[in-house]
Amino acid sequence: MVKEEQEESSNRPDNTAFTQQRLPAWQPILSASIVIPMFLLIGAAFIGVGVALFITSRDIQLQELDYTGDDSEHPCFKCRTNTEKCTCSMTFSIPTLFKGPVFFYYGLTNYFQNQRKYGASKDDNQLYGDLNYFTSPSTDCDPYTRDSKNMPIVPCGALANSMFNDTFTLSHTVNGVQKIVPLDGKGIAWWTDYNIKYRNPSITPLINAFNGTKKPTNWPKPIYELDTTDVYNNGFINQDFLVWMRRAALPDFRKLYRRITHDDYAAGLPAGNYTLTIAYNYPVHSFNGKKKVVLSNVSWMGGKNDFLGIAYIVVGSMCVVMSVVMLIVYARFKFAEDV
Amino acid sequence: MTWRSPLALVRDALQGQRARERELRSLVSNLPYEGQEKGKQPNRFFLSNAIKTTKYSLLLFLPMNLYEQFHRLANLYFVGLAILNFIPVVNAFQPEVALIPICVIMLLTALKDGWEDFRRYQSDRKVNNTPCFVYSRREKQYVERRWKDVRVGDFVRVVSNEIVPADLLLLYSSDPNGVCHLETANLDGETNLKQRIVVSGLGAANLGFEPESFNSTVVCERPNSNLNHFKCFVEKPDKDKVGASIESLLLRGCTVRNTNHAVGFVVYAGHETKAMLNNNGSRYKRSKLEQKLNVDVFFCLILLFAMCLIGAFGHYLWLESLPGVPSFLVPDSNGHLDVPSLESFYMFFTMIILLQILIPISLYVSIELVKVGQIFFITNDIDLYDEETDSRVQCRALNITEDLGQIEYVFSDKTGTLTENKMVFRRCSVMGTEYPHKENGKSAFPTSPQQYSSVMPFTVMLKSVGHQQLPRSRWSLEAEDISPPDTQRHGRRRKSKVAANAHSDAAFSSPLETEVIPDQKLLQQISRAESSGGRRDGNRSFDPHLDFFLALAICNTVVVSAENAHRQRLIIKCVSYCSIVTFCYAVTLTQECTSPQSSQMRNPLETFSSLVKKAGAFFQRDKRNRTLSEDPVIDSAKTEDEADANRLRTCSLHAPSQNGSTIVEAEELCYEAESPDEAALVYAARAYGFILLARTPDSVTVRLPSGEDLVFEVLDTLTFDSNRKRMSVLVRHPVTKDYVLYTKGADYSIMELLGTPYAENFSGTEKNIAADTQYHLDCYAKEGLRTLCITKKVVSESTCQSWLGERKRAQAAMECREELIMQTAVQLETNLTLLGATGIEDRLQEKVPDTIVALREAGIHVWVLTGDKPETAVNIGYACRLLEEEDLVINMSCKNKVTCTAILDCTLEEVRRYRDDPRNAGTTQNISLVIDGNTLDMAKSPDLQERFVELTKHCRSVLCCRVTPLQKSAVVKLVREKLKVMTLAVGDGANDVNMIQAADVGIGISGQEGMQAVMASDFAISRFKHLKKLVLVHGHWCYTRLANMIIYFFYKNVAYVNLLFWYQFFCGFTATTMIDYWLMIFFNLFFTSTPPIMFGIFDKDVSVEVLQGVPELYRTGQGKGEYNFLTFWIAILDAFYQSLVCFFIPYLAYQDSDVDLFTFGTPLNTAALFTILLHLGIEIKSWTLVHWIIMLGSVALYFIVTLAYTATCVTCNPPSNPYWILQNQMADPMFYLIVTLCTVVALLPRYTFHVLKNSVAPSPLLQGRQLDR
Repeated sequence: MVKEEQEESSNRPDNTAFTQQRLPAWQPILSASIVIPMFLLIGAAFIGVGVALFITSRDIQLQELDYTGDDSEHPCFKCRTNTEKCTCSMTFSIPTLFKGPVFFYYGLTNYFQNQRKYGASKDDNQLYGDLNYFTSPSTDCDPYTRDSKNMPIVPCGALANSMFNDTFTLSHTVNGVQKIVPLDGKGIAWWTDYNIKYRNPSITPLINAFNGTKKPTNWPKPIYELDTTDVYNNGFINQDFLVWMRRAALPDFRKLYRRITHDDYAAGLPAGNYTLTIAYNYPVHSFNGKKKVVLSNVSWMGGKNDFLGIAYIVVGSMCVVMSVVMLIVYARFKFAEDV
Repeated sequence: MTWRSPLALVRDALQGQRARERELRSLVSNLPYEGQEKGKQPNRFFLSNAIKTTKYSLLLFLPMNLYEQFHRLANLYFVGLAILNFIPVVNAFQPEVALIPICVIMLLTALKDGWEDFRRYQSDRKVNNTPCFVYSRREKQYVERRWKDVRVGDFVRVVSNEIVPADLLLLYSSDPNGVCHLETANLDGETNLKQRIVVSGLGAANLGFEPESFNSTVVCERPNSNLNHFKCFVEKPDKDKVGASIESLLLRGCTVRNTNHAVGFVVYAGHETKAMLNNNGSRYKRSKLEQKLNVDVFFCLILLFAMCLIGAFGHYLWLESLPGVPSFLVPDSNGHLDVPSLESFYMFFTMIILLQILIPISLYVSIELVKVGQIFFITNDIDLYDEETDSRVQCRALNITEDLGQIEYVFSDKTGTLTENKMVFRRCSVMGTEYPHKENGKSAFPTSPQQYSSVMPFTVMLKSVGHQQLPRSRWSLEAEDISPPDTQRHGRRRKSKVAANAHSDAAFSSPLETEVIPDQKLLQQISRAESSGGRRDGNRSFDPHLDFFLALAICNTVVVSAENAHRQRLIIKCVSYCSIVTFCYAVTLTQECTSPQSSQMRNPLETFSSLVKKAGAFFQRDKRNRTLSEDPVIDSAKTEDEADANRLRTCSLHAPSQNGSTIVEAEELCYEAESPDEAALVYAARAYGFILLARTPDSVTVRLPSGEDLVFEVLDTLTFDSNRKRMSVLVRHPVTKDYVLYTKGADYSIMELLGTPYAENFSGTEKNIAADTQYHLDCYAKEGLRTLCITKKVVSESTCQSWLGERKRAQAAMECREELIMQTAVQLETNLTLLGATGIEDRLQEKVPDTIVALREAGIHVWVLTGDKPETAVNIGYACRLLEEEDLVINMSCKNKVTCTAILDCTLEEVRRYRDDPRNAGTTQNISLVIDGNTLDMAKSPDLQERFVELTKHCRSVLCCRVTPLQKSAVVKLVREKLKVMTLAVGDGANDVNMIQAADVGIGISGQEGMQAVMASDFAISRFKHLKKLVLVHGHWCYTRLANMIIYFFYKNVAYVNLLFWYQFFCGFTATTMIDYWLMIFFNLFFTSTPPIMFGIFDKDVSVEVLQGVPELYRTGQGKGEYNFLTFWIAILDAFYQSLVCFFIPYLAYQDSDVDLFTFGTPLNTAALFTILLHLGIEIKSWTLVHWIIMLGSVALYFIVTLAYTATCVTCNPPSNPYWILQNQMADPMFYLIVTLCTVVALLPRYTFHVLKNSVAPSPLLQGRQLDR
């Protein structure tokens, strides 16, 4: 009988929980009583995390050396305006053992690697080792696509052209003798950059691939001569090149230059006096920038940064305070209502 | 196909254009030209019958659809931006990338449009290929053709139950009277049969029709969309003109019923048919919310410009601050650097491109999708489904669902809207004597309003009382039984309802309500009149009592359809359809096939009275042992229903079993009336033995109580119109050969036309009939009955003949035909003689008081506008609880403007005093106003309307009586414009159409009075009670859902865009993004687009039960509602705050590190995703499975798509290169710490605010939600 009925009235809507909007539902009502434990829980967890972060950050050692040479007293002052090759050296001392592995960064301030057109000024296909793009680089690279003689530039673009080219040597004064601290330039770039994104053309010797191309105008030597000692650190897969090509997010940034992992310094830099010798090439006065060298060791959370730890502690405390407020609110209003 | 010169083609086109534009069209038969080339066809200029409702064609779909889409300002804006991106100096992304969002959105829209168009194409093709029969000269017979091949000038034969293919002028019908019955349900929804008459005077209609001999010219007017109007004449070769009107037009789309076959001449075809001209598709209205939304989009535009200006200015400052030309400053391709001011000018446009999603591109598409979903749920609501008519709620306007949630004023029609419009004859007054029909009152339901609102405790059960063996005719009467208010039984009954479809649990809709139990006194009167006059034939009809009932039976346009077979489709579809909608009452009338003993002549009236007595006895008996007697009846009803699906035949099935010896021929009389009042009167007459047996255009057959069949020749019918407010039938009495005019109409329109009192042979005391009747009429009105006066006029033969001649001329007139016809009618309807008056009850629909109380509690001002008398209206007002006993009721009725002004000022003063009275401070003011049409007109005048509106603002309910349709719409407009409120008008009849269209939301009730109201409406419901759920529940839901969704949408876009904006401060305002473009686009397009749509469709803040139980909750949506200036700006400010948090926490955490661009952007993006989704999570009021799936799905989609994209795309999108970024980040604990901190800090204020508000000052909605627990 019922079945017949249904056939008869074809227009009757389906009486399902979905069409009748009666699906079982969870209807949370946000009120003080429910959130007090939640706030307490979040507060406790955040304070815990915050303390851990803060302690970790506190343990990280950091040594910053500004070598811009703005100050006339500064040993690098002479190089500031010098267009010729110029070398200067700075001394500094480390009071206690600088725990290893120590990371050696160079830093720039007020340098806008995140400028849009600057960042776009490169040719990914060229850097991928595609020879077609050697002879005719992408117009993205303009005006660093061809030189004045209309020869294609490889690697093209402003990003490559402006590559940082100061070099550093660090020496440890042991008993009055300068001892070079070995710097490890391997593995400073991303593994994916080194293995996947950037490739040299599969032509040996590498120099032949660059026939008919020019080096970027600012570069002293062509890309295939960046590291003549190591085939796997030359051309597009040169680690320093890769590090530079990964654009910094903020105008004040540091980039990894070397790691100190070898020999006597594997456990860190012992206390003592050190000399940093800088081959000063990179001009910074055009953007009011500063150059610096940063020595730092890293933890699981990266470099030294107290902010996150403090932020967690503050937010956690706020949650705890809020839970107390909620308790008062709950007592005042909820109980009054119950009566 | 012969070649024709282009010039000839152009000439033809122009001629065709002119032929179509002409006021009058002359059409001739196509037959003499059959087979000739197109150029020689006389009717070649008129459209063919093929229809095309598709918007696009296959080839032109793309350009046309694009053109259509570009009409939208928003689309144009985004295309403009995409083009801007192709200009090298200002571009922000890869030009192609910027095209993606607009392309995706336009593609989606195009797919939707294409699908809809394809559906239309399919239905067109189906219609065009429907077969029909067209006469062919070559084959000398009707041959089967397709609809699309039918042309103007063809002769088409339609058979019973077939759909008419084009507008046909009816030339021949198989019916001997030249009548063709038509069902216009497809066109206007009216299910009663309409009669169409063959154009008279075109030769011998009954001898078959020879199309080839048709050599007249049909002259008709230009096509128009008026379904009830058609002017045409047929000019015969001898220049004789025969007029034809809508009475002879078979409209395309109608179904032929009860007529074996008919032949028509095609006058309009295809798109020129009235059906197609009426087919305007769904209406487009702009909702109030959308208007507000556009204002806010404008705010966003200002915001965008401000941000871009800041960007441009910042860029200028940045460039100026650089002492030299650093290596990161890239010159253009010529090595040339522009000056900072020019660069920053370019940067302004680049910023617009970068920050474009601040203007929510997908908002408009999302709103459309949300509305589709909302409409799906509204139309699928089983509570809004009416079983009797098998109809759901229809949403005809697709984009104003949310307006339903903001209604402040409801304007309702009374008849058919609040009431059933199922008229029941209750009382009558004949010759100044009142017959109260007490028995009717007994079987009726208690009329006290309290009873109405409670759950119906009674169920009506049909019962065949018994069958009287009668010598001449056998009657069976179905009587009502009141079953006990037993809940257990009630449950059972609901099941049995399934079986007997017509049993509604509400007694109002029982078909047997139309049954009239005769008044004893009146019966005796009639029998006395019968017996006294029975022998003297010549004198008999002079008895006013008999005349009264004759008038009831004759003076109407009720169609009697005796043959049920022709309407098989209807009966199969739904039994109740036949019995309720069309008032088809099946009288089981066993014919006089009697045994020889039938000579025993007994007056049927005696039979009646004995029957009534027996019925009463049956009642008594039944009440005593109802438990015994009822269940078997249910069962029998079930089996019978299974047997022939027609409950109404039950009795006739009983008959043979009881009277096995007699041969029984069952005939069902089906009365189909245009207005329910007429049907009620015919039933009343039938109850007294005056049975309307048949009606043809020329005659009416009535069976008298004596069993004698009288055939009245009908000379003319003066149909009802709203100006005269009466109708008349001019007949010739078969016995006395008198010409008699029977007129019935509204009392005020009749009373002034009365001539001398009835016959001279009555004594002076009875000359007060008019006064007495008027007194009775007033009494009826006070009881809430609808009153009609019945009069008679004997016309002399000479007057009659001359009048008929005049009438004929009027009908053939081509110009001002209506006025002429009206004039002739008025001429004749004078000096009427009052016979009596009737009181017809129009019951309230079920749950009307409940609905009105709920609407009032919801803060909605309810206005009822009715054409009834004030007394009737006030009575109904109390019954439906529009007016309450404790209300302060202001009565405004004045003759002239001066008093009107005075009253208005007085009442305003009183109302103010009432309101300011400290005693009334705490209570809600319940002031009601009753006003009549005249006063309303005065109050509406420009100098008084301010005061009137001011007064009505204080009135919870207003009752306007004696108003015309035009006044109805004027009132709606006045309130809507003066008070700037959201108005809703609900009505069921053609007279409500204006009002429905004038209101913000028009609701049509698909009731008894056809579908004009529904056609004009935005929503169509079948019962008034549905309004409660539609407005209080669906309206509220739709509004809150959409309002919250829109606010959220704005928030979402502002929050995300601001992330990009803050970054500009750290990249020299160079429009760099720290997120890959693709991921950025995906973020808006895929990762965060479905949750708000789901939110807009599914979120349920308060349950149905609470919303219906606590109508006050509806007030939250009224006026400004939840989407207002404040909530919008709070959302924007929150978006600013959240974006600041999401940007600066990662910024500070990564400061002075070796972080690269995309590595920095990834936690930002992820934190933004979680913040935006969890923000919605806070706003979602109820989480169903759908919510969980979509929310978790969005997060999953983000990670899956991003991981897949960053893992596969090495150089696919230079120069942006996010390779392995997210993978790298996900291996770093810092990522999780930063994202967690960002999300928590970003959402903490909103969360805390919600919690505190809920605890300290819970909103009414929250309290409502708590009730759910």
